[in-house]
Amino acid sequence: MTAILDEYAAIVGEAVIDHLRQLAAPLKGMRVVHVNSTREGGGVAEILNWLVPFKQELGLDVCWEVVTGAANFYQCTKSFHNGLQGNPVGIPPVLLRAYEQTNADNAERLRSVLEEADFVFIHDPQPAPLLRLCPNRKGKWVWRCHIDLSRPYRAVWKYLREFVAGYDASIWSLADFAQPLPHPLYLIAPSIDPLSQKNRDLYPGEIEAVFDRYHLDPDLPLITQVSRFDRFKDPLGVIQAYRLVKEFTPVQLVLAGGGATDDPEGEEVLREVREAAGDDPDIHILLLPSDAHREINALQRASTICLQKSIREGFGLTVTEALWKGKPVIGGDTGGIRLQVINHHTGFLVNTPEGAALRIRYLLKNRDRLDAMGRKARALVLDNFLVTRHLREYLTLMFATMHAGTDRIEL
Amino acid sequence: MGEPFAVKDCTLIAIATGEEAHNLREFNDRLKTLHPGCIYYHFWGGMLRPSFDEPEYQNDFAAWAWRSLHDTRLAERLAIVDPSHHPDIEDLRRELIDTIEERLAESEWVPWARSGQRFKFIRSQIVVFDTGKRITRPKDMAEQIAGLSLGSVFYHFIDARRRTDSGRSDFVEWLQADDSQRYAEFIGSINAIDPYFTTLAELRRELALAFQTCPVERETHDRHP
Repeated sequence: MTAILDEYAAIVGEAVIDHLRQLAAPLKGMRVVHVNSTREGGGVAEILNWLVPFKQELGLDVCWEVVTGAANFYQCTKSFHNGLQGNPVGIPPVLLRAYEQTNADNAERLRSVLEEADFVFIHDPQPAPLLRLCPNRKGKWVWRCHIDLSRPYRAVWKYLREFVAGYDASIWSLADFAQPLPHPLYLIAPSIDPLSQKNRDLYPGEIEAVFDRYHLDPDLPLITQVSRFDRFKDPLGVIQAYRLVKEFTPVQLVLAGGGATDDPEGEEVLREVREAAGDDPDIHILLLPSDAHREINALQRASTICLQKSIREGFGLTVTEALWKGKPVIGGDTGGIRLQVINHHTGFLVNTPEGAALRIRYLLKNRDRLDAMGRKARALVLDNFLVTRHLREYLTLMFATMHAGTDRIEL
Repeated sequence: MGEPFAVKDCTLIAIATGEEAHNLREFNDRLKTLHPGCIYYHFWGGMLRPSFDEPEYQNDFAAWAWRSLHDTRLAERLAIVDPSHHPDIEDLRRELIDTIEERLAESEWVPWARSGQRFKFIRSQIVVFDTGKRITRPKDMAEQIAGLSLGSVFYHFIDARRRTDSGRSDFVEWLQADDSQRYAEFIGSINAIDPYFTTLAELRRELALAFQTCPVERETHDRHP
């Protein structure tokens, strides 16, 4: 076994890796191309950073291509992203032309590798038009949508739908996100990489160090929410829940998120959060750089309970990360949090700050239950939300796409 | 025994059908025309999905009636529906429709779900592959079965029911291939294992225990009198 497979086997067990090898064996040597719009930063690049080498280790001939463009291309795709998540954005025709022209330019560069591939995975809307621009394609083309499309702004989706309808299949993170298209809509939940800086085991000293660095009290229970300063994440509701708990029991709160961005609403929410926190010394608002993965890792491990009290959520990978660290999660009853937070087993689903406060108090008072739920939380992620399961489903999908229309595929 | 038992493994991939129901009447209408694979997936697919749910809501339809329609009476009636007691999916479909129509007839209003809690119908494709493992004697199965993956347990004990002529598990099919009748009683104990109100890990444990009581093959004694 190779070093990378050995490392994963040490976490998930050799049987899981054997299972992947057996499944991948008939796909050995197949040419697979993944295309997205960035090699670093963002969830998609994070996934491709482990997925591509993992598939290579299993014998597939995989490469990762990136489309590049000028500022107006990214401006357009940023608007797509906002529109697909439900914001009614108007996109000027000049930006749409830049989007199409950028794809045409990239197609000139990538056409031969894409047309020769056995499988092409196109991630998100940025490179979606490439399908039409590769008329002599041989393989199967799959569009992977990483975005919450449950309530898209119709004008934007109507425009993009034309580019993705012709694919052989598409992949969605949740059934709620899937939009009707004339091909199979596969469901593959996201996952976390247990070997990444954000999730790998840390030295005990690293966890203790965050208490000093952020002036946290090691003797007080620590409640943490890691998320952007976004109204959908309900940071004000988290502060309200904390205050309701603090009336009964001493506790401290960390709200950790990205630094000031060019998102004007983010800054406004951050201002409201600071205002709501006032001068309470036990509320810690931490603005961390986007690459502070080890820091987030340590904060989650240092926490007693993690919160993700979202009002609306995609899959909620911060929930997965917290569960993996053996922390019960009190999460909003929405989106992918429902798949991960199983009431009374891995945490609690709540609808109000009062509900969150009630569950925090319950767990702080019942430490045995808290510990037991933490163990179950980690087991849930081990079995269901690690990259090994994600990869298994990618491989399964490749067979399923090769045998479209067949419910049973015997290899 | 004749042929050795060929251990296979499987993996499912879920497919959103785009069909959904906001209330019980819509649910019933969809049920009448649904791809049979959807009914199969919502009864059996849960065994290969993350779940710590209580077994009384083992199937997705009952769980939706309880969680989203808040109709506990319907949830209880749907929860007791056991797919292993139906010869095929169409028979199971008829029982589901009867149960729901009965509930609609006795209700003064149609139970409905909040917009974020619509029922989304899903089906699946199954990919089956040979693990290369072979088990030659039933007695060896007791030791080997504990090392089988949950995918193998699903394939040989659950999936086999819609694949084999007898509608039984692959273990039973294999034992029945022996003409001597020596396993007749033992087959009864395998058939007695209820595949539904349990988990795959528990099923694996029950099968391992059952195989420990498997009669020793006579050939062994013949060769070593």
